[in-house]
Amino acid sequence: MGKLLAVALVLIAIISAVPILMHTWWMPEDISTHGHMIDHQMSETMAEAGIAFVAAQIVLAAFIGMFGDKKDGRKATHLPGGAKAVVIAAFLLVGTEVLALGVFGRDAWAEVYFKPAASDAMPIQVQAEQFAFYFRYTGPDGKFGALHPDKIDEGSQNFFGLDPANDVESRDDIVAASLVIPVNKPISLMMHAKDVGHSFYVRELRIQQDFVPGLDIPMHFTATKIGKYEIVCTQLCGLGHYNMRAYLEVKSQEDFDQWLKQQSQ
Amino acid sequence: MRIQQIFLAAVAVLAAATMSAGAPSGGTVTGKVTYTGTPAKAKAIDMSKEPSCAAQHSTPQMTETAVTGPGNTLENVVIYISEGAPAESSAPSSPATFDQKGCHYAPHVLAFQVNQELKVTNSDQTSHNIHPLAKVNREWNKSQPPGTPPLSEKYDKPEFISVKCNIHPWMHGYFAVLTTSHYAVSDANGEFKLPNLPPGKYTLTAWQESYGTQTQEVTISGGETKTVNFAFTAKPY
Repeated sequence: MGKLLAVALVLIAIISAVPILMHTWWMPEDISTHGHMIDHQMSETMAEAGIAFVAAQIVLAAFIGMFGDKKDGRKATHLPGGAKAVVIAAFLLVGTEVLALGVFGRDAWAEVYFKPAASDAMPIQVQAEQFAFYFRYTGPDGKFGALHPDKIDEGSQNFFGLDPANDVESRDDIVAASLVIPVNKPISLMMHAKDVGHSFYVRELRIQQDFVPGLDIPMHFTATKIGKYEIVCTQLCGLGHYNMRAYLEVKSQEDFDQWLKQQSQ
Repeated sequence: MRIQQIFLAAVAVLAAATMSAGAPSGGTVTGKVTYTGTPAKAKAIDMSKEPSCAAQHSTPQMTETAVTGPGNTLENVVIYISEGAPAESSAPSSPATFDQKGCHYAPHVLAFQVNQELKVTNSDQTSHNIHPLAKVNREWNKSQPPGTPPLSEKYDKPEFISVKCNIHPWMHGYFAVLTTSHYAVSDANGEFKLPNLPPGKYTLTAWQESYGTQTQEVTISGGETKTVNFAFTAKPY
């Protein structure tokens, strides 16, 4: 019986490792400049955790196989000197692993969170609300108009609460339901939530960032491949959460300019 | 004798016919709603989030905060008798219907009476949630998945209620809950008609969602038709 369980454990470990090694359910193609670092970090984490997992399963199977069926009347005893030394060794081992991952991953983290956006980055504001995303561009004047929550009016598509009657800077602001950007252009997103917590997740961009009500959260990236990708909310935000999405459209500079022109008409 | 009976019966039928035809022959108010100035430009609505709805519109659905017609006319203006209207005995038995089709409310402005049944239908292949932002009446917010039977509701106080869908934030409309049965919503040419008004002095109110209300007095005597026009000052923003 012990031998059978040992074989089953080894089989489970190998079968679980195959789809990961084969990249069967792997992430979609990366379309960002920083994504390769995230992917690298993911692979490293997978390798470390995978090796530890498979090794642990095999050691477990070996012990069960060797000692599981022994019926010679011997009782199990503690390690000489108690478990203290083993626990300390485990702490050191796991601690080193976690620290190493942190050290190896610091560049990826810094690229996304510590480095400021490029000076020529295009500013776009994202508003998450139950249950949609809206995006605001500065328009020709390069400035965002001020926000007045009391002016929010869905009926006239004033999702951000602009006051064009009194605020000249807001008159040329462009509000869109899709995030349309030019390819290879740094984008500086300023994220804010209108109501509750939401999340901005684009798999292909390797970006997943929460919206926190009351905070303006900056985020920056550069998309490198023309195409249409899905932006989804990954923070349960209410009854329409399943339907909270928008599209990221990465266009060539010419197509983007044309789109922008159309929007401002 | 027999001929006399037939003759009498014929007279009775005739009399009944004239009476029933004559009963609602009150006065009528007709008119047109126009604007002066520049109304806000309608904006195209991006429905890319909901492909099943986007596919139903060959040209983009436009915002409807001020729907204009030929000759500076205004559609979707509610005109009703706010003072002097005869008391209503009961709410009409037929329901007022509000449909959700192509992620758009039809009609944009639905006028109905206090305690009249309101029926909300979902003709889309997606879920909607109907959220009328009532302040005087009790507020409710109901979800309606595709293929579910119509929702039935009632309001017991008069109020203009802004209606929205949280799943599709661009969807927007109004319920005009009125105490009187004498109301109309201006059509695509800005025209309206209030028939069957008994003689009396009335205050007519016109309500437009962005431009507010206007009132005018009108006196009806007998079966005459009077013209009352309204002109709103449009706002560009």
